Amino acid sequence: MSLLEAAGIYKSYAGVQALKNVRFSLAPSEVHALIGENGAGKSTLIKIITGAIQPDAGRLTIEGHTIDQPTPAGMKSRGVAAIYQQPSLFGHLTVAENIALALEPRTPFAKVNWSQRRTRATELLARVGASINPDQDAASLSMPQQQMVEIAKAIGCEAKIFVMDEPTASLSDKDVDNLFRVIGELRAKGAGIIYISHRLEELARISDRVSVLRDGELIATKQRNEVGREELVHLMVGRDVSAIFPKQRVSAGDTVVRLRAIKAQGIGPIDLDIRAGEIVGLAGLVGSGRTELANILFGLTPATSGAIEIRGKPIAIQSPQDAISAGIGYVPEDRRRHGLIQEMSVAENTTLAKLPPGFLNFAREESTAKEFAHRLGTKTPSVDTPAANLSGGNQQKVVLSRWLATKPSVLLLDEPTQGIDVGAKAEVHALISEMAREGLAILMISSELPEILGMSDRIAVMSEGKLAGILNRAEATQESILHLALPRKRGAA
Amino acid sequence: MKPREFAAGSVLLLILLILLFAAPSFFSPANLLDLLLNSAPAMLVALGMTLVILAGHIDISVGSQFAIASVAAGLLAKSGLPMPLVGIAVLATGAMLGALNGLLVTGFRIPSIVVTLATMIALRDFLRWTTEGAWVQNLPPSFQWAGLGQPAGSALILAKTVFIVLLTAWALRNLSAGRQLFATGSNPAAAILAGIPTDRIVTAVFVLMGVLTAAAAMLNAIRFSDVPGNPGAGLEMKAIAAAVVGGASITGGRASVLGTVIGVLLLSVIGNALTYLGINPYWEKAVQGVILMAAAASEAAHAKSAEGAYAAR
Repeated sequence: MSLLEAAGIYKSYAGVQALKNVRFSLAPSEVHALIGENGAGKSTLIKIITGAIQPDAGRLTIEGHTIDQPTPAGMKSRGVAAIYQQPSLFGHLTVAENIALALEPRTPFAKVNWSQRRTRATELLARVGASINPDQDAASLSMPQQQMVEIAKAIGCEAKIFVMDEPTASLSDKDVDNLFRVIGELRAKGAGIIYISHRLEELARISDRVSVLRDGELIATKQRNEVGREELVHLMVGRDVSAIFPKQRVSAGDTVVRLRAIKAQGIGPIDLDIRAGEIVGLAGLVGSGRTELANILFGLTPATSGAIEIRGKPIAIQSPQDAISAGIGYVPEDRRRHGLIQEMSVAENTTLAKLPPGFLNFAREESTAKEFAHRLGTKTPSVDTPAANLSGGNQQKVVLSRWLATKPSVLLLDEPTQGIDVGAKAEVHALISEMAREGLAILMISSELPEILGMSDRIAVMSEGKLAGILNRAEATQESILHLALPRKRGAA
Repeated sequence: MKPREFAAGSVLLLILLILLFAAPSFFSPANLLDLLLNSAPAMLVALGMTLVILAGHIDISVGSQFAIASVAAGLLAKSGLPMPLVGIAVLATGAMLGALNGLLVTGFRIPSIVVTLATMIALRDFLRWTTEGAWVQNLPPSFQWAGLGQPAGSALILAKTVFIVLLTAWALRNLSAGRQLFATGSNPAAAILAGIPTDRIVTAVFVLMGVLTAAAAMLNAIRFSDVPGNPGAGLEMKAIAAAVVGGASITGGRASVLGTVIGVLLLSVIGNALTYLGINPYWEKAVQGVILMAAAASEAAHAKSAEGAYAAR
């Protein structure tokens, strides 16, 4: 009998279908790997299996028992345990207390048996082969140690199904070996492990079966020894680039941005040029350092070493003010929280990055806002409407207006069409293309490969904080990008 | 007029209306003048507090700043310094105290409530230690000229207060810095990404707070023949309450000068009105507390309905 069986799982968020008719199973003593691009639906499936969210439709059974209303507590009592990339321990409690929180019955006046707590923690930690002092504060543990505490916690709860979401993302080789040894022991004792990772090489070492998710659908489930890396990559992308991304061909002009050996915490060294009229797509997995590179260029986290030249002039960018006066604009990923001041009007948001010195000029503010609303086709009742009342696409146009009003020469776009509906998306793409035609140098971060392929003149691919390669528009394919983006063998990248 | 200003204004009008029938003597020129003169210093402090709250911060050290500035004014005047120089020196003292708060908040990323709690205690005890609670007495006549009952002096105090209030309201609306202050308080992260120097804005606001508190201390001190050893206790609470009653959001980004003016008048009138209505004045703080609670409740209701509107889109 299967340990876990999920069939016909559907889930949608605000009209976006995150999972469509997904079937997934896990046998005892099996490591079942789950792979897919960013946004393919892996996290959604995991959240359903751990009870964090409820599916719209579908059936979930654990050891033959149908689960009607999955809740986190209910799934935990059925033996499901999740170990995330970022362990979620209580930093100010000791290791023993963290473990006890998961195991002990929670009644307000239960007396704490401290020596039993300590013995139990020591015993569980020994089972995962970790030499950790149970009296230590959890916050003082390293990332791999915290992970081991999480696993010890799960074993203590007598978990049978272990969900591991990118557990090796921040581990060294030695820690990975130890983790795999623990996984091997869990498997030998009959547990099932759902293993999510972008590191395809790892799957060969530990997984029995591999399932591939793409755009919310389960594309294939294969025995690991039947498929190679090439086929997995192909299964992960395997869709056509639709023609909604209208990048016009522009003959690129002078080099506007020149980065040489740029380094910061966990990033670099990075060399990159962007020319006038050029859109450089910045691809890579979440966490590969794309946003960090944009933050360096905008002065949010200044580079620790390396040289930046804008229009041939070497400059030090220490703050957003430095970046703006050098002619750089930045459209952040989280439009609602970082892009706009929601309470402020469209006009106030439009002029915020270029306020006149001294006195405000309300007449000019209104005409500037109207001009850009007209040019970008922003749909708003008036320029005095609070930005919060606009749709996602129109909000993004207001953010773009703000930067165009500063007459920049460089625009950094972080996921410019995330959460924008399809129609507005094409409009935003047309605008970006138009800005390039007018001579802006554009760096566009996107997790959507079709967007990257459709819009970019060149594609810079990041992997683990470094530039894994730069592809020309002609040679780039989803496969070639993904090959560069996926982490190579440990240490080789 | 925004809803909260309107609500606070209505309550103020209602109280005045009750007084008109129940205690017409409240409206005697002498009482009204006294009421306004007494609330002028609180008005300036509440004005500064409005700016600080607007920036998303709080300053609970204003009572202690007020005490330092008052005693400094008295001592400097007694030392024989000409009055204009006394004024400048006291305002400069306020600016330095404010700058200390501002730099601690922005430089070390310490929450403003902690920083100003520390300076509140430290400044108050510094004063207690240096003056040993002694009053500054026998102030020179030049010091008291503007106060002490002359109609011209009273008019001058009120005129200065009104001028500063109007100037601040105008600046908040018409200066780029005012816009940047609103942005900083509404959403500091987005403000930084729009290139606004939020740290400089916050520091400047704390400095202004200090200057306004010092100005309030000056306008208060010149009305009396001596400076008490430890004035200004509880001033911070009155200033914060007035701003909140007038519609300031304690999380920043929303506040108005008009609202604060109404808030100060409302809180000042209540104490005075109770006396005229023959109610034990010990009820003053309780009634002020009820008004503050009502303002907070309407704030929560406002936030909830705003959230609803946001989710419904």
